[in-house]
Amino acid sequence: MNFEFSGVQCSLKKNLNLYTQTTLESVSIMEYLIFSVVNGILYGLLIFMLSSGLTLIFGMMGVLNFAHASFYMLGAYLAFVTSRFLGFWPGLIIAPLLVAALGGLLERYGLRKVHVFGHTAQLVLTFGVSYIIGEVVKLIWGKIPVEYVIPKELDFILFNISTTGFHAYKGFMVVVAIIMFLGVYILIKKTTLGMIIQAALSNPVMVGELGHNVSAIFTGVFSVGCGMAALAGVISGNLYITEPQMADRLGLIVFVVVIVGGLGSLTGALLASLGIGIIQVFAAGFNYSLADLLIGLGFTVSKTGLMKLSVSQTSEMIPFLLMVFILIFRPKGLMGVRET
Amino acid sequence: MKKFISNNIIWIIVLLIVLILPAVFNSATTLQLLTQMAIMVVFALSYNMLLGQCGLLSFGDAVLFGLPGFFTIHFLRFANQHIINIPTPFLPIIGGISGLIIAYIISLFATKKAGATFALITVGINEVVVSSALMFNDFFGSETGISATREGFMGISFQSQLQVYYLVFIWTCVCVVLMYLFNNTPLGKIANAVRDNPQRTSFIGYNPIKVRSRVLTLSGFFAGIAGGLYAITWEQVSYDNISLMQSTLVLFMVYIGGMSFFYGPIIGAIFVTFLTFYLSAFTEAWMLYLGLLFVIIVLFSSNGLAGIVNYFKTFWEAKQLRAVLKIYSLFILPLILIIFSFVTIVELLFRWSSKGYSAASLSIYGMQISAGSLWLWLILIIVGLAGSFGFKWARNIAKANLEQLSSKMGIEG
Repeated sequence: MNFEFSGVQCSLKKNLNLYTQTTLESVSIMEYLIFSVVNGILYGLLIFMLSSGLTLIFGMMGVLNFAHASFYMLGAYLAFVTSRFLGFWPGLIIAPLLVAALGGLLERYGLRKVHVFGHTAQLVLTFGVSYIIGEVVKLIWGKIPVEYVIPKELDFILFNISTTGFHAYKGFMVVVAIIMFLGVYILIKKTTLGMIIQAALSNPVMVGELGHNVSAIFTGVFSVGCGMAALAGVISGNLYITEPQMADRLGLIVFVVVIVGGLGSLTGALLASLGIGIIQVFAAGFNYSLADLLIGLGFTVSKTGLMKLSVSQTSEMIPFLLMVFILIFRPKGLMGVRET
Repeated sequence: MKKFISNNIIWIIVLLIVLILPAVFNSATTLQLLTQMAIMVVFALSYNMLLGQCGLLSFGDAVLFGLPGFFTIHFLRFANQHIINIPTPFLPIIGGISGLIIAYIISLFATKKAGATFALITVGINEVVVSSALMFNDFFGSETGISATREGFMGISFQSQLQVYYLVFIWTCVCVVLMYLFNNTPLGKIANAVRDNPQRTSFIGYNPIKVRSRVLTLSGFFAGIAGGLYAITWEQVSYDNISLMQSTLVLFMVYIGGMSFFYGPIIGAIFVTFLTFYLSAFTEAWMLYLGLLFVIIVLFSSNGLAGIVNYFKTFWEAKQLRAVLKIYSLFILPLILIIFSFVTIVELLFRWSSKGYSAASLSIYGMQISAGSLWLWLILIIVGLAGSFGFKWARNIAKANLEQLSSKMGIEG
C-alpha cells in the first residue's frame, strides 16, 4: 500500500495552454506577437479581476486570504447552477451575492474569532477553508468539468484579428474588468466610505471612537472582496473551464500579483496582472532554448541539461520566482505604500 | 537513575510499546503503517521547530522533505550500481545533510520576516521546485519518480519490513531525543523569544534574522533525515513528496496534534497518518473530513489534541477527572447524532454525484436506499438538528457545572 493523494491536482499539472492557446510553430512571427499580446491581456485581466478583491482584503485588512481562489471557483459553480435554471444573466448577480454572504459569514464567525491568535491563525484558517471548499465542490459537482456555457446573446465573433475572430464574450470580459477597476478605485479614493475604510485600517481604535462600526466595515470589505472573486468566476468559468482544479490553477498566481503590484495598490495590481499575463503567455508559446540561441549565434553546443530547457517549460515558475525576488528585494512591490 | 526513570516514565512506556508492537501486528501492511508513522513523527517535529518554536509558518516544507528524499534515493541507486557505496542504514544522513544545505540556502534570504512574508516565500519556493520537477527528468524521474533497492549491511538484508521498521525506529528515537534536547539549548530558548517578540529579542542583543535562519537550517536537517528515511522505506521517491499536498499534510499534523507541546506533533503525525492510511480505504471523502477536523481545531482548540489531553490532565492532577468526565459525557449523544447525520449526508452525496445524479438507489452501510426519497434527507437533517440542539443544551449545562468545579478546585488547591 502506498500513499495516494487521489483527486489532488497539484498545481504543477495545471495546463497553462488553456489560457494561452498559441504555439510559435503553428503561426508566423507577426501572428504570434498579436495572439500573445491579446491572449496575454485577456489572461492578465482575468488575474486582475481575481486579485482586485484580494488586494482589497489583504491591503485593507492584512488578511492573507488563501481561500480567495476558492471563492472564485464557487462563483463559477453557482453561476453554472443558476444558468441552468434561470439563464446566464441572473447568475451574474446571484452567484456573487451568495458568495459575498458566505465570505461575510467566514469573516464574522471565523476570522474574527481567531484574530486574537494573530494573522498566522487567520492565514491557517483560510487555508483550511480553501481545502474544504475544494472538497465540497468535488462532493457536489463531481471531479469532471461541468457544462457551463457562454450566453447565446454574446456567442458571436466581434471582429477579426488577422485570420482569427475575437469573440464578443471576451469583449464583455474586458468591459467588466474595466468596470471593476474603476468601481473599486472610485470607492476607495473618492467616496466617504472609502476614506473610512482606509482610516479604519491605519487606526481602528480612533475610527471606532468617531462612531463608526469598525468590525462591520471589516466584514463588509471581506465579503465584497469575496463577491468580486465570485464575479470573476462567473465571467471566466464559461470562457475557460469550470472544474474542481480551477482554484488551484490560479490560487497562487493572485498572491504573486498582490505582492508584485504592491500591498493595497489597485493600479499596481492591474499593472502586475497584465505584466504577468503577457509574460506567461509569451513564454508559454516560445519553444526555444538556450541551446537554440547559442546555435543561432554560431556556437556548437550539445542539447543537454539546462541547455535544452525551452522558455515555454519555465513559464510556470516565472511568476513565483518573481514573487520570491520581490519579497526579498522590494517588499513594497511595484506601487505599494507599505511593506508586506 | 531512579529519578530519571520516574520523570520520564511515559516516554519509557511508549518506547516499550513501540518496540513490542511488531510482535502484535505483524502483517506487512501494518508494519508499513507503523514505519510511515515513525517517519512522519520526525518530519512533524522538525516542522514544529519552525512553527511552534520559532513562529515561522511554512507552506513549503515538502521541499525540505522531498528534495533530500530524492538525494537519498540517488545515493541508494549509486550503491545499487556500485558507484558510491554508502551502507543503507546510514543513508538517511545523506538526506539530513542535503536538507541542511537546502534549508541553509533558503535561510539566507527568507527569514527577514516571519508571518505572511515567510509563508509566501516558502509557498513560492515550493512552486518553483515543483515546476522544475517537470523540467529535470533525470533528477526527479517522470510520473513514477525514482526508485532503487535497499542493500544489505553486516548480515542484515533489509528485505523484510520488520528490519526496516527497527532501522527507522532507531533513527526516529535518535532524532526525537535530539529535537527534545534542542528545546533546552540557548538557541531553542531564544527561538521562543523571537517567536513571541522579535523586537525585544533584538534589544537584548540577539539578531532575530540569524536566530530564525539557524532554526530553519537545523529544522531542515531533521526534515531531511525524515525524507531519507522515507526514501529507504518505500524505495521510491516521487513528485508527490515535493508537492504542496505534502506541505499541507505536515501542517495538518502539527496543528491537529498541537504545536505548543513537544508531544503534540507526535500525536498529530500518528493520528493523521493513521487517517490517511485507513480512512482513505473506506471513503473518498476522507480529505473533506481531514480538512474539517483541521478547521475545527484551528477554531476551537488552538493547542490541538495535545491541548485537550493537557486540559484533562489538570483535572486528573486535582483528582477531579471523574467529575469532569461526567460533565463532558453529556456531549457524547449529541456529537454522535451530529456526526452520524453529517457523515451519512456526505457519503450519500458523494455516491449520488459520482453517478451524475441519475442513480435511483444508493447503497450505504450495506443498505439500498432510494436516492430521491425526500423522507430520507429530511430525517437526516432532523437528526442533525436534534444533535446540534442537544449540543447547545449540553454546553449550557456544562458551562455552569465547570465553573462550579473550577471554583471548588480553586478552594482545594
